[in-house]
Amino acid sequence: MVKFTINGEAKSVEADPAMPILWVVREQLGLTGTKFGCGAALCGACTVHLDGQPVRSCSTPIGEAEGRAITTIEGIAGPEGELTRVQQAWISEQVPQCGYCQSGQIMAATALLRDNPRPSDADIDAAMAGNICRCGTYVRIRHAIKVAAGIEPARVVPLSGGAKA
Amino acid sequence: MNDMAKPPRSRAAKWTRRGFIGAGVLAGGALIVGVAVRPGNPVGKLGPIVAGGEGEQLVNSWVKIGADNVVTAIVPHCEMGQGAHSVLAQMLADELDADWSLVRVMQAPADGNYVVTDTARGFVAPGTLDAPDWLEPTWNGLFTKISQLGDVMITGGSSSIRTTGQRTMRIAGAAARQMLIAAAAREWGVPAAEIVTANSMLSHAASGKSAPYAQFAAAAAEEDMPQTPALKQPKDYRLMGTDAPRTDIPEKVTGAAQFGIDATVPGQKLTYAAVRKVPVPGTRIASMKADVAKTMPGVLQILNMGDFLAVVADSYWQAQQALNTIEAEYTKSESAIRSSADQFAAFAAALDQAGDQGGKELVGKGDVAGVLSVSAKTFTAEYRAPYLAHAPLEPMNATVWVRDGQCEIWTSTQVPLMARSAAAKAIGLSADDVTMHHPMLGGGFGRRLEVDYVVMAARIGLATGYPVKMIWSREEDTQKGLFRCADLSRFTGGIDAKGRLVAWNNVFTQHNDPAEACDAPFYDVPHKSIRVAEAELHLPFAAFRSVDHSQQAFFVESFIDEAAHAAGRDPVEFRLAMLGNSPRHKAVLEKVAAMAGWGTRPAAGRGRGVALVQSFGTIVAEVVEVDMSQGKPRLTQVWCAADPGFAMNPDGFRNQMEGGIVFGLTAALHGEITLKDGAVEQGNFNDYPMLRIDECPPIAVEIINADPVHLGGAGEPGLPPIAPALANAIFAASGKRIRELPIAKHFA
Repeated sequence: MVKFTINGEAKSVEADPAMPILWVVREQLGLTGTKFGCGAALCGACTVHLDGQPVRSCSTPIGEAEGRAITTIEGIAGPEGELTRVQQAWISEQVPQCGYCQSGQIMAATALLRDNPRPSDADIDAAMAGNICRCGTYVRIRHAIKVAAGIEPARVVPLSGGAKA
Repeated sequence: MNDMAKPPRSRAAKWTRRGFIGAGVLAGGALIVGVAVRPGNPVGKLGPIVAGGEGEQLVNSWVKIGADNVVTAIVPHCEMGQGAHSVLAQMLADELDADWSLVRVMQAPADGNYVVTDTARGFVAPGTLDAPDWLEPTWNGLFTKISQLGDVMITGGSSSIRTTGQRTMRIAGAAARQMLIAAAAREWGVPAAEIVTANSMLSHAASGKSAPYAQFAAAAAEEDMPQTPALKQPKDYRLMGTDAPRTDIPEKVTGAAQFGIDATVPGQKLTYAAVRKVPVPGTRIASMKADVAKTMPGVLQILNMGDFLAVVADSYWQAQQALNTIEAEYTKSESAIRSSADQFAAFAAALDQAGDQGGKELVGKGDVAGVLSVSAKTFTAEYRAPYLAHAPLEPMNATVWVRDGQCEIWTSTQVPLMARSAAAKAIGLSADDVTMHHPMLGGGFGRRLEVDYVVMAARIGLATGYPVKMIWSREEDTQKGLFRCADLSRFTGGIDAKGRLVAWNNVFTQHNDPAEACDAPFYDVPHKSIRVAEAELHLPFAAFRSVDHSQQAFFVESFIDEAAHAAGRDPVEFRLAMLGNSPRHKAVLEKVAAMAGWGTRPAAGRGRGVALVQSFGTIVAEVVEVDMSQGKPRLTQVWCAADPGFAMNPDGFRNQMEGGIVFGLTAALHGEITLKDGAVEQGNFNDYPMLRIDECPPIAVEIINADPVHLGGAGEPGLPPIAPALANAIFAASGKRIRELPIAKHFA
């Protein structure tokens, strides 16, 4: 039996302590926002926070979560579902394509901005280099992080009356 | 996932036959046109399947309107990041004059009624999209039948917007709007021509009456279906051509979006399968030792399927742990190709045999041999491209439940009907006994046009009889799938005394799709011979994002660049001089040159390279600036100009160009699958690396809308120019000509 909190809720699960957090979260707790990409801490799709620090859940045993707090993508919004600045910027800058890596990207970006509220391009590249986006949304990720940080303005998306041939 | 499940019979009962025929919801494709008279279709099932919610009214096959005035576009293409769900809804919503904030998207079920007839028309009979009005019903019926026979519910070829969007979705929206107007005119007793629509509202100025669409949805469904409703002219577009935000993005930032790998089986406990295919294509499992695996916790079944092993367990991790302990021996491969060197030797042998004139001619004009013999200057070049794995971030997976002669499948696929048929065949069922759920894809890139993994899961499901989710490890995904082909391409160019490219002789070994990818006919080159001398591939082939363009653009645009340098001319000026008959290509090239400040001198150690490619109907030119001052390439900027005819959603189009460029940079810089002892050597992202954010340059994209009628694609055309533009930039900066991909290995 391993005991921890997940997204603020106390849980105890029957699991081999060696089982990676990823599979406990996805299979036993039904939180599928955290993704399996590589199984070897190489792609970042499985990024969650353990006591606030980003970790690769595919390679972190659940035993290490004993008595600690896990936060997944499902747990970062406010109590009424208010999206975080990072999530809002991901929408305003229309970042995701397929979206499969984006839970991990958002978890990594959230940790970056908490520790470094005004990151430079180099800071962003260093913090985000562990997260692969196969669709290639890096330009927008970089920009959206700056929008979330208040360094660059959010885009206002026109809904109608736009471009003509 | 359950929105495609059949609702209780009580809801289905409201769908009368009269309602269906009147609404023209008989079949798919552009079938709202004229289908109402085609007898014998299973019309009764469509409404209950796609409009089971309380208060929902299906107006025609592709539109339903809820009591809350929400318009739902039922989209037959899959969403794999390219934005098709949202843009197709945008096109329908514009013709319908719907309020975008109240538009939702529903994935059309894997059902023969939702074959993508217009995509089939685009593929089967290009250039014949527009039939005369009187022929439309027959024409549509014919292509619908072809599509149904071929299970054509396909997402690929950068085709969704220009086929299904331009015809099916726009016609469905326009027809639904006319039906709503007709219903309101009848009820209000006013002329239809006086009713105005906007923001999902009907209004009549003279009488002061107005109503939301929802109020007339049921009556509209009883109206006759307009056969060829008038579509908007570009000047009247309100949503088309705007950056309407994507409908699928909010759920992708909260973790709520459901991908194939997230499937659950309602009311059932899931089990998990880890798999190991034979390492060398075509071989079989000779023997296995699973003594340890049998005793491991959670293990339920160990299966030797002949061509792969599977361990089924309570958890995927337990299944994979157990699988790792199994030792297996395999039969010997009959392929003579054991290594990458063997593969390229086979290519070289085929090209040697073809010589300067042999092979099958694909493009031929003028007198290449004669002109080469008198050219002021000739040059030769040989280019190599390696095998590539698609590596979508969601590994191959499928969830299946086979029981009582029925099978239910949940999987990410670009071809749901083909996957359904292939799975059914593999386990001895008919396609009608298989229900396919296909949620969003964690990347496709052509890999999910193949159905191998779905068939494997179905076979496992047949063996277990209980629900099982099969997931490939990343290593399986890299090593055991299907691949972008490797190839070798040889050129001879002839330059005349005025420095013009007058002869183009080329032969290579792999010719797939699109057939014209090996040519660049927009350049005016008078003497040309392009041939294929086929050679065996050791690894199985699958279309890769932009397919043959992904290697051919590197070959052709490197060759053109070498020709420019052989002629002693500027690469942009050299190309422009050959574009006298191609004004749109010329405009795109001039645009990107202006964006990049092509005429200005780059900083010390830097160089710029250019490439121009037309693919999937879209013309794209890219310029790369690279810094070679550290002895290896560092990209400082990419500029991209593109003419897709008309960008339905400019921001979405730019996002696709950015994505295509990054995907192409991964291939250009890093991508290489190699063979050893007949098997793929790479396994995970450590030895099959992807471009990461710290290598990604800024990318500027500009769009030219030059033809609002004939549209090009978006998903693929950004990719082809980037590899040659980068190689050409490296040459400009350093004098080093890259003729073999990937680039990084030349600077290791």
